[in-house]
Amino acid sequence: MRTIVWASLDTLIAIGGNYRARHVLLVLAGLLMLADLYLMLMVAPTDSVLGQVQRIFYFHVPIAVMSFLAFFVVFLASVVFLVRRSPVWDRLAHASAEVGVVFVTLALITGVIWARPIWNTWWTWEPRLTTTLILWLIYVAYLMIRSYAPSRPQAQIYAAVVGIVGFVDVPIVYYSVIWWRSIHPSPVVGPLAGDGALNSTMFAVLLFSFLTFLVFFTYLVAERMAIMDSEDRLRQVRLSLRRSQGQT
Amino acid sequence: MTAFFQPILVLLWKDILLEVRSKDLVISVGVFGLLVAVIFNFALNVSPQQITSLAPGILWVAYSFAGVLAMNRTFMREREQGGLEGLLLTPVSRDAIFLGKAMASFSFMLLVEVVLLPVFAVLLGFSILSWTLAVTIVLATLGFAVVGTLFSAIAVQTRSRELMLPVLFFPVILPVIIGAVQLTTVAVGGEISVGLNRWLPLLGIFDALFLVICPWVFSVVTEE
Repeated sequence: MRTIVWASLDTLIAIGGNYRARHVLLVLAGLLMLADLYLMLMVAPTDSVLGQVQRIFYFHVPIAVMSFLAFFVVFLASVVFLVRRSPVWDRLAHASAEVGVVFVTLALITGVIWARPIWNTWWTWEPRLTTTLILWLIYVAYLMIRSYAPSRPQAQIYAAVVGIVGFVDVPIVYYSVIWWRSIHPSPVVGPLAGDGALNSTMFAVLLFSFLTFLVFFTYLVAERMAIMDSEDRLRQVRLSLRRSQGQT
Repeated sequence: MTAFFQPILVLLWKDILLEVRSKDLVISVGVFGLLVAVIFNFALNVSPQQITSLAPGILWVAYSFAGVLAMNRTFMREREQGGLEGLLLTPVSRDAIFLGKAMASFSFMLLVEVVLLPVFAVLLGFSILSWTLAVTIVLATLGFAVVGTLFSAIAVQTRSRELMLPVLFFPVILPVIIGAVQLTTVAVGGEISVGLNRWLPLLGIFDALFLVICPWVFSVVTEE
């Protein structure tokens, strides 16, 4: 299990450093996304109870799960960065946090759109929703500390700290919200209450969606890492240029 | 053992001495906490029937806002005259420096809370004689102080200091606020379905967890 986790992180970093691998991934993600759209809109059967709106589920669930995955990557990369201090792990954490924030924002928005017709309310303080909102707040703070830190080395360290502390906090937030919620019995059905009702086609489409978003996520993180790498090198070049101009 | 605890006590004593001579922190934070409670009274128009449901929330919003204000100050003071650099140059472990600062924040917050509690009790009309309430305040304040000290050490270095601390602090401290409000609801005679047997351990676990993580992380943050 541990080796699988590290191997996949290493792969992610390797893809970030390989121009051709990123292009292959981009094309693959595009094709998968088209196929996935077709599957979720045309192939998946209409839910007998929830109706057409249930189709947002094939978008909402994978993107929410991918955002949790992204924050797990942030946590691991932050720990490794603090131990080894190699910039590539910092880039991985940063890229993953950015993509994670975008994904969690989309998950919240699609969740709200889904909740309105199904639960008859835009928002409810249900544990999963509330925890997701807190996640959003923690990782927005993570990105803020990066841009507000006085220097780059400090930005990297502070961000890693927030990445670790924030992730450790998530299970505690989750349980506290569950126990807090149990005071007022929830008037709504949980978003996955119909889990057993998923038929095999729906389940297959959902699995395909997971795959699609996993590839898409990998591509985005790899591309973002590559851009950060270019930015770093550009900065180096500019610095050395300025230095050589100063000498003449 | 004494070699580890002595620097912590010296640091704590330094901050206490500083506070006794200047008196700016405890008074301003206390007045601010009181103001929060007064504003809530008008915003929510609290009636005697709602006390058990509203008072715990008002109490902990006031405490946590006041706490953030106090925490912002603890490292600002060190920054003003390059005090933090001096501290870090001393041959004392970073753990001890962290725990010393955290204990100082803990003592100040606890003092402010103990002073404000009877005032709140009079204004909102609830009884403060409860062991549950006492234990809750100590455990929650410890959590506030430990997490707050770490984040204020970070926030004080950033460009928008006063803003950065609450943005970092509140999402992480949320479980403590929820737990403290629940326990206080029990203490003032309200009812909750999931009782003491869960919230007290939650606060305890939170404190223990961050007492282990934060000193380590602090030593990473302050190395330069």
